[in-house]
Amino acid sequence: MSLAFGTRKGPGTGATDPAAPSTQHLLRRKRRREAARTLAFLSPWLIGFGVFFVYPLVSTAYFSFTQYNGFGSPTFNGLKNWNYVLDELPTFWQGLRNTVWLVLVMVTLRVAFGLGIGLLITRVKTGAGFFRTVFYLPYLAPPVAATVAFAFLLNPGTGPLNHLLGELGLPQPGWFADPNWSKPALTLLAMWGIGDLMVIFMASLLDVPKEQYEAAELDGAGPFQRFRYVTLPNVSPIIMFAVVTGVIQTMQYYTQAIVAGKVASGIAGNSGQQFEPGFPQGSTWTLPQMVYNLGFQRFNYGAACVVALVLFAISMAVTSILLRRRSGFMSSDD
Amino acid sequence: MHATTSRRGRRTVAAVAGSAVLALFASACTGSSESGGNDDSASGKDVTITFWHGWSQDNEVKAINDTIAAFEKAHPNIHVKPVGNVADDKVNQALRAGGDDAPDVVSSFTTNNVGMFCSTKAFIDLKPLLQKSGIDAARTFPAAMLNYTQFQGNQCSLPLLGDAYGLYYNKKAFAAAGITAPPKTFGEFADDARKLTVADGDSYKQLGFMPLYHGYESTTEHFLGQYGATYFGADGKSNIATDPKVAAMLSWQKGLVDQLGGYAKLDKYRATFGEEFSAKNPFQTGQVAMAIDGEWRTASLADNKPDFDWATAPFPVPDDQAAAYGRGYQTGTIVGIASTSKKQAAAWEFVKFLTTDTDAVVNFANAIHNVPSTFDALNSPKLVSDPNFKTFLDVAKNPNSGTTPASVNGGGYIVSLQNLGYDVESGKQPDVQAGLAATARQIDTDIAQAK
Repeated sequence: MSLAFGTRKGPGTGATDPAAPSTQHLLRRKRRREAARTLAFLSPWLIGFGVFFVYPLVSTAYFSFTQYNGFGSPTFNGLKNWNYVLDELPTFWQGLRNTVWLVLVMVTLRVAFGLGIGLLITRVKTGAGFFRTVFYLPYLAPPVAATVAFAFLLNPGTGPLNHLLGELGLPQPGWFADPNWSKPALTLLAMWGIGDLMVIFMASLLDVPKEQYEAAELDGAGPFQRFRYVTLPNVSPIIMFAVVTGVIQTMQYYTQAIVAGKVASGIAGNSGQQFEPGFPQGSTWTLPQMVYNLGFQRFNYGAACVVALVLFAISMAVTSILLRRRSGFMSSDD
Repeated sequence: MHATTSRRGRRTVAAVAGSAVLALFASACTGSSESGGNDDSASGKDVTITFWHGWSQDNEVKAINDTIAAFEKAHPNIHVKPVGNVADDKVNQALRAGGDDAPDVVSSFTTNNVGMFCSTKAFIDLKPLLQKSGIDAARTFPAAMLNYTQFQGNQCSLPLLGDAYGLYYNKKAFAAAGITAPPKTFGEFADDARKLTVADGDSYKQLGFMPLYHGYESTTEHFLGQYGATYFGADGKSNIATDPKVAAMLSWQKGLVDQLGGYAKLDKYRATFGEEFSAKNPFQTGQVAMAIDGEWRTASLADNKPDFDWATAPFPVPDDQAAAYGRGYQTGTIVGIASTSKKQAAAWEFVKFLTTDTDAVVNFANAIHNVPSTFDALNSPKLVSDPNFKTFLDVAKNPNSGTTPASVNGGGYIVSLQNLGYDVESGKQPDVQAGLAATARQIDTDIAQAK
């Protein structure tokens, strides 16, 4: 086979064949046509990629080196915005710390909780549909409504949860009003809306071949070993998917944090009042809030672009690391 | 295969992340065009101008539409197309973009954007038009209102009704505590707040006053209105670290917090408060016996009819400024003319009518229960008022009343000061002067960066 591959006369090798140049020409035309067709099929994506990714990214990078307040023309100001954000704006580092906390804790707990609920529901013999619905429904609640509801449920003074904790003689946290509890409270809210991950994990768990469990059982594997050596390798691509999308979503965490802060702070933001995002004491201040605050409330588009680029760079770096280390999480045949 | 999948994955991630960046920064930027002053409206030519405003409730929309109808009756060739319920974000986008659908006249509920509107010339300077019309702004509008509608000498907006702040007190609770008159100084105020406070275990049955900065209108800027703080020096730099009034206010508030039970106890009680703009407001429910609030509360108290008598008075002043009693914090709605407007002559006629026609201002104020924004309107016999509302009219007229000045980066400096206030009241920042010095530096850095 290798002989035939290396010695056969054919297109591109037959310098003595008088018909060869025209064949080459035809082949080139064919390749060009194929390339054009491929490009045509790809063009919707390429246009979308250019318009929705390359252009905004390049624009954001450009604005990060300019002084621009939304009016007039941007003027180049070198690294001033970068220096301002990274060196002169302490709230940037506070926002970064909070965002990293949420990425580490919220994503980890959401994935673990989603997998756990998925495992439980796939094992339920009766009423599985009921439980599936119960756990999925919160995901359908609009984020603002869900956050407002949680703020009332977790109100340290009047909320039913603290009332119950008080009845049981347990400590009553300040939840959204306490800087030490505000991020855990947001995490609770995120875990409550676990329906999306639960459905994906359930589909993946139901797809694990039964024979593998039977074989493991025959080999004497217990429940933990079956989970470790059968379930986990099979669902690891889904775990990776959940982690990567979770990291990206959490890097953009905005709505719940600002709504919870606003409700708990009691600041309606009417004329003569200034709402301080991040209530209490900056504990729910995230970088996406900072992008909005700098760009649209302080009219400093250049600095806002710097924060957006930092967010983008962190998202890309974390995702790249996760995907590069992906083989460690994946089953061997994947 | 892994490498291929990784590349694909990275592309997917890149696309998703890129879309996120787009969502945050898809806003296009175009320069604002030059003005178009002569629209021939003065010669009687029919002109239609677009007016964007934020009012959305039925009574408010009716009130502004009635005002527009009165204007059109007086100026038959100028027609006004109102667009209501417009938020400031949309206003900023429209002012940037210009075009046929952009507004000619814009009003905003917040004074935060005045510095940006003036410094970027998104609104035209109204000073030449005021002079041309023979209007002496200083004799027409209260000083605080003129202050929050201009930036560094550029009068790019004018006040369109205002809000004034004062003291609300529960007369029943006052009688029960043996207090016969509202306090005039902070010393009297602290005594009364303590007398009015009724403990309930580790909480309160009734609190004299909620001093925490998250206690609705108990904000740093409202308290500083009682001190006459100016926020910035002549050089445009923050003077909060050098103006002793600011440190005095922060220390006074912290002292009151400690006297009334401490931060933790008060903050827990604060969490039991209902919505500020509802019948569950803590003053209306009797949870607090005194409150600092705007004139609008008189209307909601009249509507909700709490089971106690109440009254208003100017908010107390520092003991060493007793002569200034009667002052208060002021803010309000502003109105300006877009520099992109091609119909600025007609727009000015409309703005002049909205802001300086006494009957128009009085009728609008009567309809939405705001404080009128001209001296003539404040003194008008047509103004519907009772002793409780009169408190706020007097605060508006008081030359010592204060406000928060406009800044190029919106309300950023107020938020910085407010954040220091939270740290001081909670005990996180025990050194007030050091905190003020750091906050002043941050304010100057933020403003220099935004310029």
